[in-house]
Amino acid sequence: MTTATHTGHAGDGNSKFLQHHFREMGQQFEAAKLGMWLFLVTEVLLFGGLFVGYGIMHARHPEAFMAAHHHLDKVMGAVNTVVLLISSFTMVLAVWAAQTSRRTLCILFLILTLLCAGVFLVVKYFEYSHKFHDGLLPGKYYTHQGDTVPGQFMFFSFYFMMTGLHGIHVLIGMIAILWILVRAIRGDFSSQYYSPVDITGLYWHLVDLIWIYVFPLMYLIS
Amino acid sequence: MAETISTHGAAGAAPHLDYLEDPKGLWSWLTTVDHKRIGLMYMWSVLFFFLVGGLLALLIRLELLTPKQTIMTAEQYNRLFTLHGAVMVFLVIIPAIPAALGNFALPLLLGAKDVAFPKLNLASLYIFWIGAVMAVSTLLLGGVDTGWTFYTPYSTSTGGGVSLMVLAAFVLGFSSIFTGVNFIATIHTLRAPKMGWFEMPLFAWGMYSTAVIQILATPVLGITLLLLVMERVLGVGIFDAQLGGDPVLFQHFFWFYSHPAVYIMILPAMAVISEVIPTFSKKTIFGYKAIAFSSVTIALLGFLVWAHHMFVAGMSLFAGAIFSFLTFFIAIPSAIKVFNWIATMWRGSISLEAPMLYAINFLLIFTIGGLTGLFLASLSTDVHLHDTYFVVSHFHYVMAGSNLTAFLAGMHYWWPKMFGRMYNSRLAAIGCGLVFVGFNATFLPQFVIGSRGMPRRYYNYLPQFQDLHVASTVGSWILAAGLFLTAAYLLASLRGPKTAPANPWGGRTLEWEANSPPITHNFEGQPVLQHGPYDYRANPAPVGVEDAH
Repeated sequence: MTTATHTGHAGDGNSKFLQHHFREMGQQFEAAKLGMWLFLVTEVLLFGGLFVGYGIMHARHPEAFMAAHHHLDKVMGAVNTVVLLISSFTMVLAVWAAQTSRRTLCILFLILTLLCAGVFLVVKYFEYSHKFHDGLLPGKYYTHQGDTVPGQFMFFSFYFMMTGLHGIHVLIGMIAILWILVRAIRGDFSSQYYSPVDITGLYWHLVDLIWIYVFPLMYLIS
Repeated sequence: MAETISTHGAAGAAPHLDYLEDPKGLWSWLTTVDHKRIGLMYMWSVLFFFLVGGLLALLIRLELLTPKQTIMTAEQYNRLFTLHGAVMVFLVIIPAIPAALGNFALPLLLGAKDVAFPKLNLASLYIFWIGAVMAVSTLLLGGVDTGWTFYTPYSTSTGGGVSLMVLAAFVLGFSSIFTGVNFIATIHTLRAPKMGWFEMPLFAWGMYSTAVIQILATPVLGITLLLLVMERVLGVGIFDAQLGGDPVLFQHFFWFYSHPAVYIMILPAMAVISEVIPTFSKKTIFGYKAIAFSSVTIALLGFLVWAHHMFVAGMSLFAGAIFSFLTFFIAIPSAIKVFNWIATMWRGSISLEAPMLYAINFLLIFTIGGLTGLFLASLSTDVHLHDTYFVVSHFHYVMAGSNLTAFLAGMHYWWPKMFGRMYNSRLAAIGCGLVFVGFNATFLPQFVIGSRGMPRRYYNYLPQFQDLHVASTVGSWILAAGLFLTAAYLLASLRGPKTAPANPWGGRTLEWEANSPPITHNFEGQPVLQHGPYDYRANPAPVGVEDAH
């Protein structure tokens, strides 16, 4: 049974955010959280397909992938990894602040998370423009000169598809956080109702987690 | 009928308007979050595309009436069967039962007011419409001639609207995922009080298993199709042997989704049948847990058999043997269901209303489709039968015939609940008979043609196949006649007054406690479960069954 007693979360009161088809806030919270987890499963499988494709092509062309990955800037990649890890931490704090009805702190941590996400994209922009400049582009647009190992274009196919899809997810995450920020400023969240912050946090952690796998696979292979 | 407790008062209470009229107006439908309205809009959309796909099928059969060119060129034929396949798979079969009937019935069966995420539900409908427009508008780009499977390397080298069609399938995948997420969350959190997992109607188990596949398989198809588009646009190389990639990898990726997707098509059909058979046998379902767990088993095993589509595509014999074994293995849970349904009918008090006629149709068609699948699962016979009309006929029996008859069973079953009107049951019986005869006349000959070596996807053929092709084409006309007759009496029923009783079939599940058609919030108050979903012992003489005639 999934009814009645969810004292751990929402308390007993039903706030104005209770939708008509739920009996009480705990049930609504549970549905939202389950829905987000299910969505995250689909995201993992979406990226999973790319990772499997990368793995297979890496196994078939180890020298080309090895040579190509030296074109990546490990420092920039590492900076972005740290920035995203920090943003995940501030997101956790934002959820905590929402749960404990600390409105100002919640707003502050959400802004910090957004800033980190922005820094990530700016660094990514510089990385991309450097690759564009050198002709390190996917597939038939690969024009880099002076390669000693052939077939490096495929590494950059995967590099742009994986970091590009991840970048789109960062953007979507930023939009979601921005929306949460507006609602936090409006004063929607309290210990009675914070599920939007919670599930946005879940999404953001996944975006972070995917980068944690992309970074070593792309930048640190040996 | 009602042994559930409703918190509303006696019959004298002020009547509520039903969901069809509250509120009125096109805009109120386009912006609705009511699962029943969304289900109906899905149903009309699916029926429209069924008409489109069906007309394409009639043209295909007409071309095959003679061994040489009949009404179209080979290129036109390729585009036609591709569009037929893509429309039928992505716009009809996959959404037909979950998105149309499931959206309408699932919350009612669970005693809920709505699905867990009503706005997401509406979003899925709009995404479906966008994907549908994209798929059909490929015609403006000269059509697609790859077949609905988009196999590389042909799909990366041919022109036309391949990229748009592939993106359409990608977009439609989102709509499918959203429905799946919604249904799982709904089943977990919105069951009526006292409804444990094993007091749920089996329809919910079927929808749950379907949703698991939608969530686990669809994203893999999504990324595969994106990779295919990237291959076409950027030449990324993953599926191109000249660039160091592997075209067969596409087949693995594609079938990793698309084989489970076969169960997205059949599990909902089984879910409908599990409701219809006990209701019209007036008997408790036989082997409730066996049916429930076999749905879940099918959902999980379905992920382990994809390579049986690729026995001749270049695979090690060892891998082939494993996939062959697993494919045989998955026949077991399907057979368990069939035996359970038959055992349910055994010594039941069977009434042959239209839904039950379609359910019996389903049992026959699904059994033929399932058993012929075993020929294709055997490595040695598959080498002979692969890519012949035997395969065409087999998958039409399981995907088209089984899904279609179950969809029609469900539509006839819930039609009084949807619209508050009964249809002409005599015409329904005639229509059902025509569909059964027409379907079998169309596809039984194809087993024979295929086993004699006629390959699929050819617009002309050797003269010795003509007799059976003619039989098949005539069968398609009978099938079409049955379906047009069905459309006619169903649409005609909508012109009458809403006189259907709340429980015309004497069903025991919760949707029959609601009015026909239900009010916007489904129930007056929260229904509470008092008996199992198929408990016919307590009340052997259901009220209202006379009104059905």
